[in-house]
Amino acid sequence: MKTDFQIPRKRRRIPLMPLGLARTMTTIGFLLLYIPLVSLVVYSFLSPLGAPGGEQEWTLQWFRKLSANREVLHALKVSLMVGIWSTLGATGLGTAAALALTRTRFPGRKILNALTYVPLIMPEIVLGLALLIWFVLLQMTLGVISIILAHITFCISYVIITVKARLHGFDEFLEEAARDLGATPWQTFWRVTFPLIWPGVLSGALMAFTLSFDDFLITFFTAGVGSDTLPLKIYSMIKFGVTPEINALSSIMLGVTLLAVLFLFHPEKKSNEI
Amino acid sequence: MAEKIRPKLKTPPLLVLPALGWFLWFLLVPLLIVVTYSFCTKGTYGGVVFKFSVENYYRSVNWVYLQVLANSLKLATLTAFCCLCIGYPMAYIMATASVRVRSLLLILVILPFWTNFVIRAYAIKVLFGDYGPLNHLLMRWGLTHDPIPFGNSDASIWFGMVTNYLPFMVLPLYVALEKFDFSLLEAAKDLGASSWRVLWTVLLPLTRPGIVTGFIFVFTPALGEFVIPDLLGGARTLLIGSLITEQFLKTRDWPFGAALSILVILIVMVCLGIYLRIEAKEERNAE
Repeated sequence: MKTDFQIPRKRRRIPLMPLGLARTMTTIGFLLLYIPLVSLVVYSFLSPLGAPGGEQEWTLQWFRKLSANREVLHALKVSLMVGIWSTLGATGLGTAAALALTRTRFPGRKILNALTYVPLIMPEIVLGLALLIWFVLLQMTLGVISIILAHITFCISYVIITVKARLHGFDEFLEEAARDLGATPWQTFWRVTFPLIWPGVLSGALMAFTLSFDDFLITFFTAGVGSDTLPLKIYSMIKFGVTPEINALSSIMLGVTLLAVLFLFHPEKKSNEI
Repeated sequence: MAEKIRPKLKTPPLLVLPALGWFLWFLLVPLLIVVTYSFCTKGTYGGVVFKFSVENYYRSVNWVYLQVLANSLKLATLTAFCCLCIGYPMAYIMATASVRVRSLLLILVILPFWTNFVIRAYAIKVLFGDYGPLNHLLMRWGLTHDPIPFGNSDASIWFGMVTNYLPFMVLPLYVALEKFDFSLLEAAKDLGASSWRVLWTVLLPLTRPGIVTGFIFVFTPALGEFVIPDLLGGARTLLIGSLITEQFLKTRDWPFGAALSILVILIVMVCLGIYLRIEAKEERNAE
């Protein structure tokens, strides 16, 4: 396997006496993580339970019911739109800021560096309500736009940190060489700099999209009437009453997450080798 | 030195302006407004009157609200502690496993981490529901005749918090243990230390930064948590996150809500301060 060359093969499990205990705890940990998720998926394929202890049958009825649910489809559309625009905005702003932060000195550098970490350490609820107050003061209508503005705010931080990590150890002589060979600054950027930092930009963008798509709390505060994203829609469906349709929706989202994780963990190993 | 032959920096510093402007306009200004609001008073019809008062802070040290704060602190600490007790062995097993097993376990931790938070909370609600899998099995095995109401209790909130935040603890611990030089453990063993002693005097102290990072990753969001208690507790126990949300969406007492959130920020800042001091001490020791 490819990975064998990167990580030393030598395994070093020391026979600590608590090893048996550690194994038990690990098993418990994974059970805690997976029992709820697996039972949710199983329930999405089961018919409703009539009398307690009655027999249940396998069925696809919840998925069929779900596909007819227009509100869920609308929420999905809102979520995708918010995710795409927030990703574009945060990636652009964040990449530019990361470039300037690592390569230039300017007044206010420290302020930006400090502000970058604020959305990461502040409880989400505070950022959510701060933005709510601000949007109301600005007399903005709460809706898709306000959600996007809020999402960009916390996504920028993640993009800056990821791109900065990629720029760390960047060989600036490559750019110098391009300039010496007669490239304009613009050409140098697009032909030399950008291809080299691209993996960092891409993983920052993916992170931004995931965070935006999954966010509940900040969206909860900044959404208006009719701009429910998927997590908000699921939340209100749960509050309204537990229906197996939510199980079906959750199963689909779990499936998509599984595919994304499996897909993303392959190319990443290759890109690290550059 | 390399500094002298370093090529001239050509990146225009102006590139930083959009992000800086964005942060000032959508982060710093809103936060300053929250601070301002916390010193204002509530208008008769739910608006905000810009009249300086410390009334909101005075109100929040009321016994009832202090108890809410204490409940939240207790839950956040307990969650972080339980996650640590389960997460540390998990991270240890992962870091010492063979390459194949390690990647598999890592994916198994990341998958729930990437799954939507609301869905994970809901999964636990289903699990503990009156007609959920747990009650179903208990009834089938004849252990109980009527469904046991596991849901809507403090225990189900606690369970939900621990399962939801577990990956937040495991990942930083794994990063710390991955870098750990395991030959140190071998050395300690060779010198005759018992396994527990190796754990307490070598492994745990040397991976303390990872432990503290994990603790903060769990504690900070858990303190302001609103979704899990709301979905799993049936809003029976009032926590600070729900109290703040209520001030904004139901009672419409924004100044009081602002004051409460400033208190939460202060608590988080104190925790971070402690963390940074431990980090600094660690670095000094390393030198």
